[in-house]
Amino acid sequence: MKHLFGKSWLTMIYVFLYIPIVTLVVYSFNASPLVTVWSAFTLKWYPAVVHDSELVGGLILSLKVALLSGLISIVFGTFTAFALVRYRKFTGRTFLASMANAPLVMPDVIVGLSLLLMLISVQRWTGFPDRGMFTILLGHALVGTAYATVVIMSRLREIDTRLEEAAMDLGCKPFQVFALVTLPLIAPALVSALLLTFTLSFDDVVLSAFLSGPGSTTLPLVIFSRARLGLNPSINAVAAIIIAVVSMVVIASSLYQARAERRRQREVNEAYAQTN
Amino acid sequence: MAAVKDDVVLEDLLRIDGLIKVFDGSVRAVDNVSLTVAKGEIFALLGSSGCGKSTLLRMLAGFETPTAGRIYLSGKDITDLPPYQRPINMMFQSYALFPHLNVWDNVAFGLRRDGMPKDELAERVESMLKLVQLGKFAKRKPHQLSGGQQQRVALARSLAKRPKLLLLDEPLGALDKKLRESTQLELVNIIEQVGVTCVLVTHDQEEAMTMASRIAVMNEGYFLQIGTPDEIYETPNSRLVADFIGNVNIFEGEVVEDEADHVTVRCPECLHYVGHGITGTPGMAVGVALRPEKIHLSREQPDKPHNWCAGDVADIAYFGAHTTYHLTLVTGMTLKVQQPNLTRHSGQGLTWGDRIYAHWSQDAMVVLTQ
Repeated sequence: MKHLFGKSWLTMIYVFLYIPIVTLVVYSFNASPLVTVWSAFTLKWYPAVVHDSELVGGLILSLKVALLSGLISIVFGTFTAFALVRYRKFTGRTFLASMANAPLVMPDVIVGLSLLLMLISVQRWTGFPDRGMFTILLGHALVGTAYATVVIMSRLREIDTRLEEAAMDLGCKPFQVFALVTLPLIAPALVSALLLTFTLSFDDVVLSAFLSGPGSTTLPLVIFSRARLGLNPSINAVAAIIIAVVSMVVIASSLYQARAERRRQREVNEAYAQTN
Repeated sequence: MAAVKDDVVLEDLLRIDGLIKVFDGSVRAVDNVSLTVAKGEIFALLGSSGCGKSTLLRMLAGFETPTAGRIYLSGKDITDLPPYQRPINMMFQSYALFPHLNVWDNVAFGLRRDGMPKDELAERVESMLKLVQLGKFAKRKPHQLSGGQQQRVALARSLAKRPKLLLLDEPLGALDKKLRESTQLELVNIIEQVGVTCVLVTHDQEEAMTMASRIAVMNEGYFLQIGTPDEIYETPNSRLVADFIGNVNIFEGEVVEDEADHVTVRCPECLHYVGHGITGTPGMAVGVALRPEKIHLSREQPDKPHNWCAGDVADIAYFGAHTTYHLTLVTGMTLKVQQPNLTRHSGQGLTWGDRIYAHWSQDAMVVLTQ
C-alpha cells in the first residue's frame, strides 16, 4: 500500500513537471494558428521558424551573448575564486567576498535597473556605450561571474595545496604552477561554471529587458513580447528545437561520462590485478 | 644502518645558521636553530607534532621565509631564493603526485621545466623508473597505483632532477606498518645508491633510527640533542630525550659520591652505582635513566648493595618476541621491565601479584642532569 502510494506520488510529480513540455512539443505540430485548439498535424511551423528573421536573429544573439558572457564569467570567476581561496589575508578581502556574492542574492530587477541607470549616465558623459549586445553582455557577465566564482571556489578549496607546492618545488614559476597544475585540476569546475552561466544568460529575460536596445532582442525577449501580442505555433517549434538540442547534449555528455567512468574502473582493476 | 664511514672526509653540504621562524608575531615555531649536514648524510629531524620540524623543512624547501637566520647550501646563501630556483627537491607527505598526469609525466615534470632535450629526458625518466622498479607502470595514473607504488613514484620524481639535497616529509607516514618496515630499507638503499644528501622529518623514532645516520631531536622549536641513533638512545642528554626515544624508567635521586669513573646516586627506591662519571657535585639532584630491556628479573634477592630493587608484578604484556612487566616498587613507582622470550614458555611462572627482584649492571643506566 505504502509502496503504491510512493509510486503514484512520484508519477504525479513527473506528470506535473513534464506534461507542459510535452504539450508544447505536441502543439508545434498543430495546423491551427491558435495555440489552444488542435486541428490537424503539420510540419509547416518548422520551416516558418527558419524564415522568421526576428526569431533567428534573436536566437543567434542569445547564443552569442550566452557563450561570451559564460567565457567572461569563468575568467573573472577564476581570478576572484583564486584570490579568495589562496590568499587568506589582504585588505578588502571581506569586501571582495561579499561583492562577489551580492549578485546571487540581489533580485535581477534591481541589478538590471541599477545597471541601466548607470549606463545611461555613463553614456551621457562619454557617448558610450549604446544599449545593445554589449550592455546585455555586461549585465549577464556580472551575474555570471558571481555564479562562476561560487562554483570554482568550491573546487579550488578541495585541491591539496601540496600539489601546487610540489610543482613549485620541481621548478615551476607561480604562473606555470597555475597553468600546469591548478588549471587542469579545476577544469571540471570550469566546464560546470560555463554550462551554468551559459544557461543563466540564455534564458534571462529581466536583465536583457532592461539592457537591450533597438535591434538587439534576445530570443527570450522575442518570445516574451510575442506572448503578449498572441502566440503562434512557430514559438512552439522553436521551443521543440531547443528541447531537442538540449536533450541531445545532455544524453551525449552522460554517455561520455559513463564511458569514461567504465574505462577508469577497468584500468583500476587491471592495475590491481597486475600488482597481486 | 646508514652509518657515515670514518675514512670519508666529510664536507658540509647544508649549513643552517641561527634560523628563527615566528608565526603571527608571537609563535616561535623554530627558535634559533643551527645545524650542519655533511654530504651524503641522511639526517633526521625527530619530534612530536607541532615541534617545528615541518616548519624547518619547509624553510629549507623555500615555502616559508625565515624570520631571521641564513641557510647555506654548498657554501652559497640560498635563504632568499624561491623554491623553484633551489637545487633542492622534496618528497611530500602523502606524496602530492599530480593526479592528472601519468607516472611517466609525473617523473618528467621537473625535467621539462628545465627544458631538458627530449632524448636525454626520456633516458633520465626511464632510468628513474627503473631505479624504483616501476618501468611497466609508466602509463598509469596515480589513482591506479597502490600506496607503496605511489611512494616510489614520488621518490623517483623528487630524485629526477638530481637535487643536491633531498627533503623527505614523513616519507612512510601513509603506509601501513608491515609495508613500512620493508620500504624503510628499500628507501635507504635507493638514496645511498644515488648518493644524495637527505634531510627527513618524522615523528616515528623507529623510522628515524633505521634510516638516519644522525638524528636531531626537536622540541618546541629547538634541538634537544643531535647525535647518531645509538648516542641518542644510549646516552640521552636530558629527561625529555630519554623519554621521547623508546621506553625508559627514570629514578629521581641525589648524588652521594662523584668520582671520575663512577657516581653513586641515592634514590628512594634503591642505591644506584653508575659506571660513568658526570660533571656534577655531591648533593645535586639528578635523574637516573634505565631502559626496560637492560633489567633482569630473579626470584632470589641479589646479594649486592646497589642496583636492585624489589617489586610486585602489576601488569604483564606478552608481545611474542618479548614480554613487558610492570612492577610496583615500595615507593609506588612503576618499573617497566622487558624480558626477551629466549625460549618458548620462558615467561611462565610469573603472575600478577608475585614479589620479584629487578637488578641491573652498572653500565645499564645513564645519569641525567637536565
